Amino acid sequence: MKYVEEFRDGRLAAQLARQLRRAVTRPWAVMEVCGGQTHAILRYGIDQLLPESLTLLHGPGCPVCITPVEILDQAQAIAARPGVILCSFGDMLRVPGSRSDLLTVKARGGDVRVVYSPLDVLALAHANPDRQVVFLAVGFETTAPANAMLIHQAQRQGLENLSVLVSQALVPPALAAMLDAPEHRVQGFLAAGHVCAVMGIEPYRAVAGRYRVPVVVAGFEPLDILQALLLCVRQLEAGRAEVENAYDRVVRSDGNPAARALVDRVFAVATRPWRGIGTIPDSGLTLRPEYAAFDAVARFGLPDAVAPEPAVCIAGQVLTGLRQPGDCPAFGGRCTPETPLGAPMVSGEGACAAYYRYRRAAGGSR
Amino acid sequence: MSAERGQAGLPEGPQCPLAVGGHEVIVMAHGGGGRLARQLLEAVFFPAFEADGTRVHHDGAVFAAPPGPLAFTTDSYVVRPLFFPGGDIGKLAVWGTVNDLAMCGALPLALSAGFILEEGFSMATLRRVVQSMAAAARQAGVSIVTGDTKVVERGCGDGVYINTAGVGRVVAGADISPRRLQPGDAIVANGDLARHGIAVLTQRPGFEFENAIDSDCADVSGQVRALLAAGIEVHCLRDLTRGGLAANLVEIAAGAGLRLRLEESALPLADEVAAVCELLGLDPLYVACEGRFVAFVPAAQVPPALAALRGAGAPCPVMIGEVSAACPGGQVILRSRIGGERLLDMPSGEQLPRIC
Repeated sequence: MKYVEEFRDGRLAAQLARQLRRAVTRPWAVMEVCGGQTHAILRYGIDQLLPESLTLLHGPGCPVCITPVEILDQAQAIAARPGVILCSFGDMLRVPGSRSDLLTVKARGGDVRVVYSPLDVLALAHANPDRQVVFLAVGFETTAPANAMLIHQAQRQGLENLSVLVSQALVPPALAAMLDAPEHRVQGFLAAGHVCAVMGIEPYRAVAGRYRVPVVVAGFEPLDILQALLLCVRQLEAGRAEVENAYDRVVRSDGNPAARALVDRVFAVATRPWRGIGTIPDSGLTLRPEYAAFDAVARFGLPDAVAPEPAVCIAGQVLTGLRQPGDCPAFGGRCTPETPLGAPMVSGEGACAAYYRYRRAAGGSR
Repeated sequence: MSAERGQAGLPEGPQCPLAVGGHEVIVMAHGGGGRLARQLLEAVFFPAFEADGTRVHHDGAVFAAPPGPLAFTTDSYVVRPLFFPGGDIGKLAVWGTVNDLAMCGALPLALSAGFILEEGFSMATLRRVVQSMAAAARQAGVSIVTGDTKVVERGCGDGVYINTAGVGRVVAGADISPRRLQPGDAIVANGDLARHGIAVLTQRPGFEFENAIDSDCADVSGQVRALLAAGIEVHCLRDLTRGGLAANLVEIAAGAGLRLRLEESALPLADEVAAVCELLGLDPLYVACEGRFVAFVPAAQVPPALAALRGAGAPCPVMIGEVSAACPGGQVILRSRIGGERLLDMPSGEQLPRIC
């Protein structure tokens, strides 16, 4: 596979690991923001190649994990209604809300369908004019443009049987909130490459400048991650706090302005809750009034509800890098991918699920 | 329903649209045991399954068993679409059961076939499935000697479900079981992984891939026979169907209480299969195959084992790992191509394509 295999080369990985070991002179803690990166780190054993004193903290960038319980409950309530087709990305189906999950709603007769692109939902709405077609629009800046395109097209085409349940989150405000916490451990960030492909690197300059932390935009393959770690460590060792782009085969400095314009047109920035973490100011997107007719919550008259999370779960501390999955007393016992208690265990890309799947006995990176 | 499915990925060649008892689709009476049911047998099943001179019995077949141990297995087949690049439900139903016997070191003596047909299912499609089964059985050198048909109401089935069972004779001297695994055994795969699951998935509505990926659906009994005939001391065999390589190896490791080690760089994967998995966020190690298996053999016998497999038509046999040491509960460890290690685990339910 061209453009992928080259970035999984064992010889080059060993070379980068040697350079990292030479570059590190004291303990550092770097957070990879995105769940896809956490997954790659554990899947390829990247952490096992690192110098002892370099600790990886796993960030909150898993869209499945941080989707609030109340959104899942609302999605299930909509899917259970007759005359509705609820469409979702595949990995949302198994995620438990406060009582059930979408796979169970489907088994009980709800029409729940997996789509691979939000635009598939348009075709479904056209093909089923007598039914309400609802899309569970979740994700970060990465999915926002395609989700915005769906809503924009639905409006242009005058589709009255299509609506969206929006749960869009924004990464930089979450990073800032994490760094505002006095006990935080993060000294540098690997930013999520795909988010930056849309937003560009500008939003991270404020984070790097204000909090004096280096931010390196990173891809998702082993060499991408090792290269970004090397750049980040070199900054830390030199006392610099800049934004660097180690994923320039995908990310342009100004991102994708056309995609951003579409997102701005359909969505407005709003305060929102993150599962496991809590409410973060200006960290989400909501439909603008011009597109309010497509809001599924209003269309189905769903009540606003807040669902409590299990007390034993330390998801918030895991998602912000304060604790490792193995520090949790419930890890691997009461809390497994089959019976998740909290956000990082519900999706394969959550840190707890990744440790459970790839390390089990270990439970902690270092 | 059946019309839509029947059109996707149909094999080339003439089709006989001959209706049975004036019906172009299955009706409830085809399962009723009366005249229509008899007509269905005589028009569709007997001509296909008796072409090799076998007499198909509806209640049960009687045959003499050769001396020595026998193997007996059964499996049910549900797949959508019914026809896919490289195979169809009929081939799966015959070869799947033949392969299960092969994994016991047995060569097939006879098969049974049970059909659950949905009211409204196209007679022409049924005929093509049945003919495909007959061709697959001929190729595997086995006969379908008994069978059964039932019809369920429209909406209560998915066109056609097939169950087959098979009896086979264990090759003299073969003793195949996870208990026979030993530290130092090599793990050999007969070909590239994950083809079948991806071939079927990419034929479903919602996917528009330009190039079709062929399923690996195949009869592997000849390859097993070749291994045993070459004098390879085969300790264990496992076909990599549901759950793919990973789930099957985890099960074997647990059964044997041993640690298995795999080399990621040695795992055979076709470029196009790897690309689809990458795109959808699926782990190919958990994707089902229908004509792939692993053999556990003494390390010293790897070269002749690979040669025997190749000689019997295995597409790209290769050593993928080894049995390392005792380990309570069993464990499968994969060394990644950059040198890190991770556990392979049982999957939690079905793999679901991810968001980003």
